[in-house]
Amino acid sequence: MLLDAVPFQDTIGLAAQLIRRAMPAMVLIPLGAAMLSPILAARSPRAARFFGGGALLLNFFLSLLVSNLVWWQGPIHYHFGGWAPPIGIEYSVDAVGAMMAPLVAFFALLSFASASRLEKEWTPSHGGAFQALYLLLSAGLMGIVVTGDLFNLYVFLEISSLSTYALVAAGEDRAKVAAFRYLIIGSVAATFWVFGLGYLYALTGTLNMADMAERLPAVIGSRAAVAGLAFIVAGLAIKMALFPLHGWQPDAYTYAPPGAMPFISAIMAKVSAYALFRVLYDVFLKAGPAGEALELLGWVAALSILAGSVLALGQRDIRRMLAYSSVAQIGYVLLGFSIGNAFAVTGALLHMVNHAVMKSCCFAALGAFRAKTGRADVDGVAGLAKEMPWTAAAFTIAALGIIGIPPLCGFFSKYYLIRGAVQASAWPFVAVFGVSSVLGTVYFFRIIESLYLRSADQGAKREIAPLSVIAPALLLAGLVLALGVFSQDVVGNFVPIIVGAGGPS
Amino acid sequence: MNDTRPLWAVLVSLAAVGPILLSDKRPNLREAWSFIAAALKFGFVVSLLPAVLAGGTPECKLLDLAPGIALHLRADPAGMVFALLASTLWIVTTLYSIGYMRGGKSPHQTAYFASFAVCVSSAIGIAFAANPLTFLLFFELLTVATYPLVVHNRSEEAVRGGRKYLAYTFIAAQCLLVAVVWSTFLVPGATFQAGGFLAASGATPAQLRILLLLFMIGIGVKAAIMPLHGWLPAAMVAPTPVSALLHAVAVVKAGAFGCVRVLVFIFGPSLLREIGMDWLIASVAAATIVGGSLRALGEDNLKRRLAYSTVSQLSYIVLGAALGSPAAIAGAIFHIAAHGFMKITLFFCAGSIYTRTHYTEIAQLAGLGKRMPITMGAFTLAALGLAGTPLLAGFVSKWNLALGAIHSGNEVFVAILVLSAFLNFAYFFPIVYTAFFEGDKGETVRFDETHVAVWLPPALTAVAALALGMFPDFFWSFYTLAWTAAKAATGLG
Repeated sequence: MLLDAVPFQDTIGLAAQLIRRAMPAMVLIPLGAAMLSPILAARSPRAARFFGGGALLLNFFLSLLVSNLVWWQGPIHYHFGGWAPPIGIEYSVDAVGAMMAPLVAFFALLSFASASRLEKEWTPSHGGAFQALYLLLSAGLMGIVVTGDLFNLYVFLEISSLSTYALVAAGEDRAKVAAFRYLIIGSVAATFWVFGLGYLYALTGTLNMADMAERLPAVIGSRAAVAGLAFIVAGLAIKMALFPLHGWQPDAYTYAPPGAMPFISAIMAKVSAYALFRVLYDVFLKAGPAGEALELLGWVAALSILAGSVLALGQRDIRRMLAYSSVAQIGYVLLGFSIGNAFAVTGALLHMVNHAVMKSCCFAALGAFRAKTGRADVDGVAGLAKEMPWTAAAFTIAALGIIGIPPLCGFFSKYYLIRGAVQASAWPFVAVFGVSSVLGTVYFFRIIESLYLRSADQGAKREIAPLSVIAPALLLAGLVLALGVFSQDVVGNFVPIIVGAGGPS
Repeated sequence: MNDTRPLWAVLVSLAAVGPILLSDKRPNLREAWSFIAAALKFGFVVSLLPAVLAGGTPECKLLDLAPGIALHLRADPAGMVFALLASTLWIVTTLYSIGYMRGGKSPHQTAYFASFAVCVSSAIGIAFAANPLTFLLFFELLTVATYPLVVHNRSEEAVRGGRKYLAYTFIAAQCLLVAVVWSTFLVPGATFQAGGFLAASGATPAQLRILLLLFMIGIGVKAAIMPLHGWLPAAMVAPTPVSALLHAVAVVKAGAFGCVRVLVFIFGPSLLREIGMDWLIASVAAATIVGGSLRALGEDNLKRRLAYSTVSQLSYIVLGAALGSPAAIAGAIFHIAAHGFMKITLFFCAGSIYTRTHYTEIAQLAGLGKRMPITMGAFTLAALGLAGTPLLAGFVSKWNLALGAIHSGNEVFVAILVLSAFLNFAYFFPIVYTAFFEGDKGETVRFDETHVAVWLPPALTAVAALALGMFPDFFWSFYTLAWTAAKAATGLG
């Protein structure tokens, strides 16, 4: 009766209001869960796992609601403590944020199940800590996506980085060395960001992105503004692991706990790329054309694509190879941003989604291979297709997707990117995409050959990989196909088409 | 009007993949799936024939692949030729595969039949694709699905052949992707059009020349145009039914058909002449015709000789499409079907000989004509046909090609055709002679054919080649379809 009394329109309006108010909870839920879960874990690790999983599930639903509301009613802004933006801290989710937020929440949720399952066996002593760090990482990454404040973004960047250092260190073997190296390089990156921000703050007197975009045109020509941008881009380039600033990534990807890898490999670099997108497109390009800077970035991206692909060729360890492949693939995203027309930017954003799914699928499948044989090198997976046909098929589909075989999703982001490059007459970049795909074929088919054509090493350890480890790989492989076949729906409903962003077209 | 039959023709074999994989342990059930799918596919394709002959183009548009570009299937006369060929030969090849694979107790048969089904699906998709992006989608699907077939034996040599295949096709794939993207940028939303759609694009001749080269490299690898043919002989390590599939049904035919699509339906004869590329492409094709035949002469291994014969014969199709006169285009399109029937016969025979005797070299064939009269008889018919003997299918295509060469004012290519006919005789005649007229005279030879599933398919396809030579419109109406497409492309129809 009560519901009948309220007209339908008002119910919708009320729900929209609720979602607007609840938007910051996208960060607060995992943050709170991170605090609580070690306490719970001390009593019952099982309860803590369910609690963490529940929090991430809730977060995923919330992010979907927020994302839908943004598509329906436009950007959502939330002012902390009721303080209006230039003074207070603002959270804002626009179309691109509405794409990223569910992506982050989805991968956090997806690999949580397999992560806690794998880590329970491998690091029993600090199971609770592992979950806390994992939740903290998702809070940090989500924070980067939703914040509209550049300094707040720095805080979240650090939250996510610090929790990743600790997560990597929880791995086996040389993990601690890798984590320490990552810590040093990551701190340099963070410092760069603060440096750059300092310049910009000194020039404009604001930290809010929208506000800064308004104030920048007056000072855009100054050297301080250029230096500020340069520092920020350099800092993010380290976080994105662009060549030649990628040094930390292969080690970190290799020694990090395998359960966390589907999440880390899918989202970490993408969120940094997203931050770069915000700085470039929401702050600097709104202030004025930055053709030269973009073109320079384009060449950096091209170099990263080629170098990452070439370095991936020589790796025997599949995790390391995938890490170098990521160096190349994140270059695709940056190259799309720098070409800058509607097709290229759409392709770059679409590739953020697609690559997250494909690379995460590779790591999820690899985690299952590893759970079975204890090895993660090319020879270690020999002949596994016979014993694990589904997981091997999932890996193969993801690999073919990254190479860019239609109708898998990687093909379509490549299509948009090349379409953008052709439109901009950027022929060297067109060639770079082609060369990278050929190199991708070489390094991925080594593994596919090993999986399918070689016979298994009889003496190796053989255990049954748990379903919770295999299931995400299968789900993601299905997504690789679905996102490809329905790529137009993805582009129409999920990936915004950013038109007229300027750039050297 | 949305006629979904082209879609069903593509999907039915794709849908068979699941059941085939799941029937791994039950070979009879597994092969039953292949037969059911093959029969259904043939039914769908043939059911389209009356509409196409009546001048219609049944088509269906499905979901969008990119802004303004749908997954678009359309049965036009040229596509019908290829689709009819592929769906007909799939049935025969399935029958043959069963006999061959079980006879040889070949491993990995499930993977073989599954990949085979995907290949045939892609072939039909390529035939019916109405725009470049749809074409590309199926073309690359074919590339991937063929790989498991090439490496079928899992031997060191097979893996090497597979790598070579991947290297050629994936580099080509990048060229094709750029070409397709470029063409959709020049003429947004264009579909294949008899006579080409690029004429109105406003691109400069220099740009169009580069675009054409990208297309021809991208597709020419599969069509084994020299110097892009290196993977084909290396892929000969695969079992014979695979070679038959590669050479006659799907892979190289998809390449040759793709060349026709590019030269006649994207660029068109008049634009090709305008940018001065018709002569260049025709010359490369002519060089491949002669070069392939010369290499075939030098090979003593039967399958490798046949492989180089394929390299040579495929370029007849490219030559006809490049010359661009009505008869040349009709001859080219008809040769897609004619060569399919004849070459598959030859490979079936090679496989038949291998299963019975394990002979692979030509010198070993002495006296085999009396032991395996059906096999060697079929072989002789097909060989004569490929050389262009009247009353056989190869004569019809060559006659039209020669006419077309004269009409287009390039009489020199008639000389190439004649030279090639001599070379064909030169490399086929020794095989036939060795089989029938050499060997010990005194030895009592008895009839010694293999299983009926192995000797019947080549007999059938050889008879079909004969029928097509005497009645070019026999059953499939290949000749009418080819001429309809050619007339439309040159503005005669």
